[in-house]
Amino acid sequence: GAGNAGVGGGNDFQWCFSQVKGAIDEDVAEADIISTVEFNYSGDLLATGDKGGRVVIFQREQEGNNRSHSRGEYNVYSTFQSHEPEFDYLKSLEIEEKINKIRWLPQQNAAHFLLSTNDKTIKLWKISERDKRAEGYNLKDENGRLRDPFRITSLRVPVLKPMDLMVEASPRRIFANAHTYHINSISVNSDHETYLSADDLRINLWHLEITDRSFNIVDIKPANMEELTEVITAAECHPNQCNVFVYSSSKGTIRLCDMRASALCDRHSKFFEEPEDPSSRSFFSEIISSISDVKFSHSGRYMMTRDYLSVKVWDLNMESRPVETYQVHEYLRSKLCSLYENDCIFDKFECCWNGSDNAIMTGSYNNFFRMFDRNTRRDITLEASRESSKPRAILKPRKVCTGGKRKKDEISVDSLDFNKKILHTAWHPKENIIAVAATNNLYIFQDKIN
Amino acid sequence: MSSENQETETQQESGEEKQDTQEKESNPVKAEEAKLKAKYPNLGQKPGGSDFLMKRLQKGQKYFDSGDYNMAKAKMKNKQLPTAGPDKNLVTGDHIPTPQDLPQRKSSLVTSKLAG
Repeated sequence: GAGNAGVGGGNDFQWCFSQVKGAIDEDVAEADIISTVEFNYSGDLLATGDKGGRVVIFQREQEGNNRSHSRGEYNVYSTFQSHEPEFDYLKSLEIEEKINKIRWLPQQNAAHFLLSTNDKTIKLWKISERDKRAEGYNLKDENGRLRDPFRITSLRVPVLKPMDLMVEASPRRIFANAHTYHINSISVNSDHETYLSADDLRINLWHLEITDRSFNIVDIKPANMEELTEVITAAECHPNQCNVFVYSSSKGTIRLCDMRASALCDRHSKFFEEPEDPSSRSFFSEIISSISDVKFSHSGRYMMTRDYLSVKVWDLNMESRPVETYQVHEYLRSKLCSLYENDCIFDKFECCWNGSDNAIMTGSYNNFFRMFDRNTRRDITLEASRESSKPRAILKPRKVCTGGKRKKDEISVDSLDFNKKILHTAWHPKENIIAVAATNNLYIFQDKIN
Repeated sequence: MSSENQETETQQESGEEKQDTQEKESNPVKAEEAKLKAKYPNLGQKPGGSDFLMKRLQKGQKYFDSGDYNMAKAKMKNKQLPTAGPDKNLVTGDHIPTPQDLPQRKSSLVTSKLAG
């Protein structure tokens, strides 16, 4: 169960390979690169978005089958084209179809709803099942062709007959034209009626039913763009206080805002920043302090931020510094020059909590991903690779060697493949099942069943 | 010192240890900074300043100047291509796009391989 933090070491816990989705071929088409991964509230559905604007939803199989040792597998449930590339002729702006984020809505009826967004437009999709079909229409024949009304001599009541399950996705709302800059985040509010969308300089609040209007709640655009010093990098609604949200910046700060305090939340209620030692300031300081992701814990008591080299856990009651800091890949500190040159220093890694908030996970390079147990303070590095993809194979911990002497099974920093980045990971809300996006492949791992 | 516990990589909260770690940390970073400055002497002093952020805000911007295009087509040899100075003209750069250069954007109507 989720009570166990699930970080390796010792005899308590191990992660095993479960499934991998996607093509094996070396030549990766840009469109196939996965850009977002998200479980729904129950964990039964897993959605992915890619650079080609497509969404693929996987559904967990029911565990009626006693044959299999592993828990239910995830199989394709629905797939659709969410966004298409556009060109804004007025602004000479090319708009990518890449799905930046997917967020599920809590389920209220048989259908499932999710929000998907690219740089400019957010869409609400309804995914519904159809397993019955009406037969015996009066005006149409079996093939759907209209019957000649004069030939109809009697009336009948159509009957519902079972049919093969069909899953349909339809766009129910399109929330467009509200963002001048590029959308980086969307977050559904705990009131289940509103959601926020954030771009580089502004945050808007929407009502899920209303597409022609949104409220601007944060605007950090300076009057003179020459004075621009920071941008918004991520934003999220509090999990249970519907008036509270946070947003992070490229300067490594987080602002918590209360929508009850004022309509325009330019003035924060809380300001979170870790003091920096001025003597350690360098050209890279600000770039590596830029926060690429912010996530509230399920409890709502903490939040986690990801910057280039570390993950930090903050107590919402303490603004002065984080309560925990975890180094993801500290060995990269001596590679910052080349990471700046190849642009890797601007990679935006995400992070996530497990269901019980006692473990956190984030990605790294070389298809490595890292997990940290907040209670035991243990951490583990695992790899998503085809080599360790035999069913139920236990994942072996990886280690990066920083010094001169490389032990067997260790990999040296210079051998790391910086093109294999794990930017997106997701943790099942209740169980120890994780989804890891490795470029164009989706890996699913779960804990070992005894 | 926190290094005794080889399993943990969390930083301790005490001020002393933080200072110590930061001293060690600043050396490789300063060395990297020196490397970068040696390669690119004109690199601005304010990396987080407006130039850098403006570039982020202008992602996706594609300009096409029909006048330049037609002149290039007419092969006017004495035409000077505008060069981008380090501090200005971030968006047009030093290359005049021609219709052939702009990548053809097609939406991917092919089903994702994840669903295969």
